[in-house]
Amino acid sequence: MPLELFLDLYSQPCRSVYIFAKINEIPFEFRKVDLASGEQYGEEFGKISVLRKVPVMRDGDFVLTESVAILQYMVEMFSTPDHWYPADVQKRARVNEYLSWQHTAMRSHAAKVFWFRCLVPIITGAEVPKEKMDSALEDLSSTLNMFENKFLRDQHFITGDQISLADLVAITEMMQPVGAGLDIFKDRPRLSAWRDRVKQELGVAAFHEAHEVIMNAASLPQEMESKGMLEFIKPRIEKLFN
Amino acid sequence: MPLEIYLDLLSQPCRSVYIFAKKNNIPFEFKKILLFKGEQYGEEFGKVNYFRKVPVIKDGDFTLSESIAILTYLAEKYGTPDHWYPADLQTRARVDEYLSWQHSGMRGIAGKILWLKLMIPKAFGIDVPKEKMDSAMEDLEEALTAFEEKFLQDKPFIAGQKISLADLVAIVEIMQPLGVGVNVFEVRPKLRAWKDRVRAEIGPALFDEAHQMIFNVEEVAKSTDPSAKEIFKPKIKKLFL
Repeated sequence: MPLELFLDLYSQPCRSVYIFAKINEIPFEFRKVDLASGEQYGEEFGKISVLRKVPVMRDGDFVLTESVAILQYMVEMFSTPDHWYPADVQKRARVNEYLSWQHTAMRSHAAKVFWFRCLVPIITGAEVPKEKMDSALEDLSSTLNMFENKFLRDQHFITGDQISLADLVAITEMMQPVGAGLDIFKDRPRLSAWRDRVKQELGVAAFHEAHEVIMNAASLPQEMESKGMLEFIKPRIEKLFN
Repeated sequence: MPLEIYLDLLSQPCRSVYIFAKKNNIPFEFKKILLFKGEQYGEEFGKVNYFRKVPVIKDGDFTLSESIAILTYLAEKYGTPDHWYPADLQTRARVDEYLSWQHSGMRGIAGKILWLKLMIPKAFGIDVPKEKMDSAMEDLEEALTAFEEKFLQDKPFIAGQKISLADLVAIVEIMQPLGVGVNVFEVRPKLRAWKDRVRAEIGPALFDEAHQMIFNVEEVAKSTDPSAKEIFKPKIKKLFL
C-alpha cells in the first residue's frame, strides 16, 4: 500500500509535504482533510491523529505527524537527492537550524497576518484593531528581515548553492500572507529573487498547483460560513490571538 | 580550539545542550551568558549570534544556533550512543516528531508560567492579570495531557524503550514551572514516573546540577540589570501580556 498523506492545501506545512512528494515522484494517496468544514475535529480523523492537525503521513501501520518530521522521513525512505537534506554535518545543521527557528518565527508571524487579514474579521464580525494589525505586520517584517540577513544573506539558497528543505518550508509559509492579498515580496528584491529561484527549482507548474487553493483564500471565509465552521472556531480564535 | 557553548542555565534549551554535552563527555568551553544582566545584547555576543539568543555553539569557524540543530549536530559529530538519535528510520521519526511539535506545543507554554508568576511581577514590577495566569495554566494542562496521550502513551520513553533527545528536550521544558512552585508532577503519576526514569538515565547529579538555576529564579529576578530591564520590558509586554 502506498503512502497516505492527509492534507489540506490551505495549510502551509501540508504544501511543503505535498510539493516534496510530487517533485520527488514519491507515490502517495492524497487524503483530503477539509479544514474549512472542521473535518479535523471529526471522529474519523481523530482516530488517525489525536492532535487533530494536518499534515499526517501513514505508511502502513506507521502514522507520523509534524511536517518537518514527515519531510525528514521521506528524504531517508525514498533516498531523495542529497541537497534536500545534505549528509554533510554542517550543511545539514544549517537546514536544521532554519527548520527549528521557523516554528515560532516565520510560521507563527506569517500565519497570524493571514488570519488577521483573511479570517478573524469574518469570524469576530469586526476588523482587527489597528494596533494589533500593525504589531503583527511589524513582527512579520522583522522576521523577513532576519530571514534575509541571517539565513539567506547573499547566497542563492539557505544552505548555499542548492535548494533544501529549509527553502521549501520557508516559501510555503511566506505564501500564506500572499494568499491574504499581502505582497510580502514587494520592495524586497533579494527575497523576490530567492522566491523566483525556489519556484524554478520546484518547477513553476508544481508550485502554482500547490498554491492554487491559498491564492483563492478570499473565498475561504464564505466557505467556512456555509459549512458552519465560524461559530465553532470563534472561541479558539479569540484565545489564539489575544 | 575546543567547542565553545554559550549558555545560561536558566534557559531550558541551554540545559538540554549542557546535559547532552556533559553526559556524553563532549569537551567544551562553557561560555556563560547572563541573560538577566543583558549580556546577550552586548556587542561581543552580537558577533557570535545575530539573534542574540542562547544556546549557540562555536566549533572553530562554524557557528550554530537553535538547540535542536545543536543537539543533532553534536550527536552526529561525536558519534554518541544510537538511542539519543536512532539510526532506525521510524524510531528517529518519533524523535523528530516530538522535537518539531514541542516548539509551539510545549516550550512557550511551559516557559510562560515562570514569566507570568515570578519574572514579570518581580523583575519588572508589572502586575499580571488573573485571566492571563489562568489561561496560561489551562494551556499548560492541555500541553501536558497531549504529551502524555500522544507522545508518551504507555512507553517508558517517547521513542520507545530508551531515552532519546526527545525526552531530554521535553524534560528541561517541563521542569521550568517548578521554579515557581508549580509542581506539574503532583497529580500526574505517569509523568512523574517518566521524569524519574529520565533523571535516572541522565544521572541524578547532572540532572539536579543543570536544574539548580530555576530554583534560584527569585534571586536572578531581583538582580536584573536596569539597562536589560529597559530592553526586556516592551518585549515582555508584547510576548506575554
